[in-house]
Amino acid sequence: MKLKKILPQFFTLLFILLIFGFFTMNAQENMDTRGIEFGFGFLKQEASFDIQFSLIDYDGSMSYARAYLVGLLNTLLVSFIGIILCTLLGAVIGVARLSPNYLIRKTASFYIEFFRNIPLLLQIFFWYFAALRALPMPEDAPLLFGSSFMTIKGFYTPAPIWNNFDVFMISLVLAMIVIYFFNKFAQKKQEEEGKQYPKFLISLGIFVLLPALTFIVGGVDLTWSFPVLKQLALTSFTYEGGLGIPPELIALTLALTLYTATFIAENVRAGIQGIGKGQKEAAASIGLTPSQVLKLVIMPQALRIIIPPTTNQYLNLTKNSSLAAAIAYPDLVLVFAGTAMMQTGRAIEIVGITMATYLTISLTISLFMNWYNKRIAIQEK
Amino acid sequence: MFKYVKQLTSLVAMVAVLFAFTTETMAAKKSKTLKNTQKKGFVRCGVSQGLPGFSNADAAGNWTGVDVDVCRAVAAAVLGDANKVKFTPLSAKERFTALTSGEIDILSRNTTWTLSRDADIGLTFVGVNFYDGQGFMVRKDSGITSTSQFKNGISACTNIGTTTELNMRDFFNSKGISYTPVAFEKADEVVAAYDAGRCDTYTTDKSGLAAQRTKMSNPDDHIVLPETISKEPLGPVVRQGDAVWEDIVRWSLNTMIEAEEYGITAANADSMKTSENPQIKRLVGAEGEMGAAFGLDNEWNLRIIKQVGNYGESYKRNIADTGILPDRGPNQLWTKGGILYVPPSR
Repeated sequence: MKLKKILPQFFTLLFILLIFGFFTMNAQENMDTRGIEFGFGFLKQEASFDIQFSLIDYDGSMSYARAYLVGLLNTLLVSFIGIILCTLLGAVIGVARLSPNYLIRKTASFYIEFFRNIPLLLQIFFWYFAALRALPMPEDAPLLFGSSFMTIKGFYTPAPIWNNFDVFMISLVLAMIVIYFFNKFAQKKQEEEGKQYPKFLISLGIFVLLPALTFIVGGVDLTWSFPVLKQLALTSFTYEGGLGIPPELIALTLALTLYTATFIAENVRAGIQGIGKGQKEAAASIGLTPSQVLKLVIMPQALRIIIPPTTNQYLNLTKNSSLAAAIAYPDLVLVFAGTAMMQTGRAIEIVGITMATYLTISLTISLFMNWYNKRIAIQEK
Repeated sequence: MFKYVKQLTSLVAMVAVLFAFTTETMAAKKSKTLKNTQKKGFVRCGVSQGLPGFSNADAAGNWTGVDVDVCRAVAAAVLGDANKVKFTPLSAKERFTALTSGEIDILSRNTTWTLSRDADIGLTFVGVNFYDGQGFMVRKDSGITSTSQFKNGISACTNIGTTTELNMRDFFNSKGISYTPVAFEKADEVVAAYDAGRCDTYTTDKSGLAAQRTKMSNPDDHIVLPETISKEPLGPVVRQGDAVWEDIVRWSLNTMIEAEEYGITAANADSMKTSENPQIKRLVGAEGEMGAAFGLDNEWNLRIIKQVGNYGESYKRNIADTGILPDRGPNQLWTKGGILYVPPSR
């Protein structure tokens, strides 16, 4: 009886191992024939190519490992911005989809149906090529917000130049810790004595005042470097100084956000609709305002329905960011599985590393969201 | 212990490319590629995704170009029909993997012959069918007429995965100019972005610049600067490990170039069989046993010349008459002031 249970599992395992073994031997044999060696030593070699946009110090004299890091950070950057923006947009659109106002409701559903039914790659191309062409050349760009320029070569905006930036950062972290304990204290007071503090206002006050104090006593100093038009040739201009955000990043973020937000909006709508009507009516009957009903009664329950499918969308967004290669945004795929792979010819090693990297990012997001989901789940007592 | 670690790492990595190596399982013995090609009935040839003059497909899917003609020559030699070629368009990034994994048997895709590519990654370059060099294209109205007018902050559009990216860095570094590289995966997107004004200059091989210029919305608005910043000998590539196949491709190309040297054309090839010159007779299969060593018949080279033409004819048809580069420059025979010089077929 026991054997009957174990035997099929044993054979399945054996079968899988044999398949892996076959592919390994096959690849090894072919690599030997063609004189391809296997190893990761190439990561230490000089990359000798430059990258358009990097969050850390990088130039071509650094190693392939450093280039990998640049690509990884760029992937994380666009995923991070994309996830935040699409969550905000998705939540707004999802709520709008249930609005009693006909115009708002229909606009939201039109937006969803339009953007989720066009392939993402096409949308990326649209934002990059169609929208890019419409942008002015640097010399014709109008002044935005008194200091920034939106041009075909990117968005140029003043860059902050900090003195004692670390002190400022420490004060921010400190402020957050203080706010955390204050809120705990306020909650306890409310539960024990029914006393209510204006929690939001006080938190905001701490968040602004504490860092502001460092300017006076901490020696923190902030100046701005403004972008200045520079002539390269007769008809060719660019901006110097300031912070230049490449149009590739803007187009990619825009496309990823608008596309993924449609799915999140549908999740939000489903989550809200999944809460019984009686909940809302009961909450209203005890005198809660509509915004309180949403915040205190509906959302805490709806989140349990919203979070799991939204996690999938976060993962999709992160993986979809690899389409960046099409429009020259230097993400992991373009820099590492693109240029680095070509220059070294280490296809197996590099594809392996890239896959492992995406797997790690996805699993990390997944773990975090699972933890969050557990936290907000119904606590059985 | 070390042994197991090594095996384990390779196992993990292999999983990543499960399918890459499945098409060809065992080690290549005496020209397995030739045997496979004859069994399949077509030559598997990797080309570009569209570079006028080198490898470009028309609306009906017919491929033309000097790179295409190398594959056609091999097909004429080993299969007797220059049309029996299956073309696979490849990006710069995909090309070597496609070749080493056995998806294609010849890579004829304006590929620069360099030491590291030849020695490192399981490839063998068989010759040069176009001598090129990297250059820069700019908009005419920018007033730039030389790379010495480049200034700090210039942005340059190019392809990823090419020698171009490396040469560009060497060039700008040596001049001490700071620049922004904007590197795309495909040439079409590079052209579109440069054309839209994203970059101040577009850099790639000069032949590529000349060819891509014809695709711009207004070709006359752009000029190619006179400076050449690198040596780019472009030629066909085969997988390492099949010496006979390597020879077939090498000598198919050599035959085309040598045929031009001796004035043998597609039109007069048959009549050359009765020539007085033994070298000409060898090139049209009328003397010697020039195919036996490859496992081919004796008229393999005659078929190349008859069906594809000599190098000069191919150049004229694809590059000169299309207005891409009417002047052959270094790609002229050594007897006429160029540097095309191939070993003799004998």
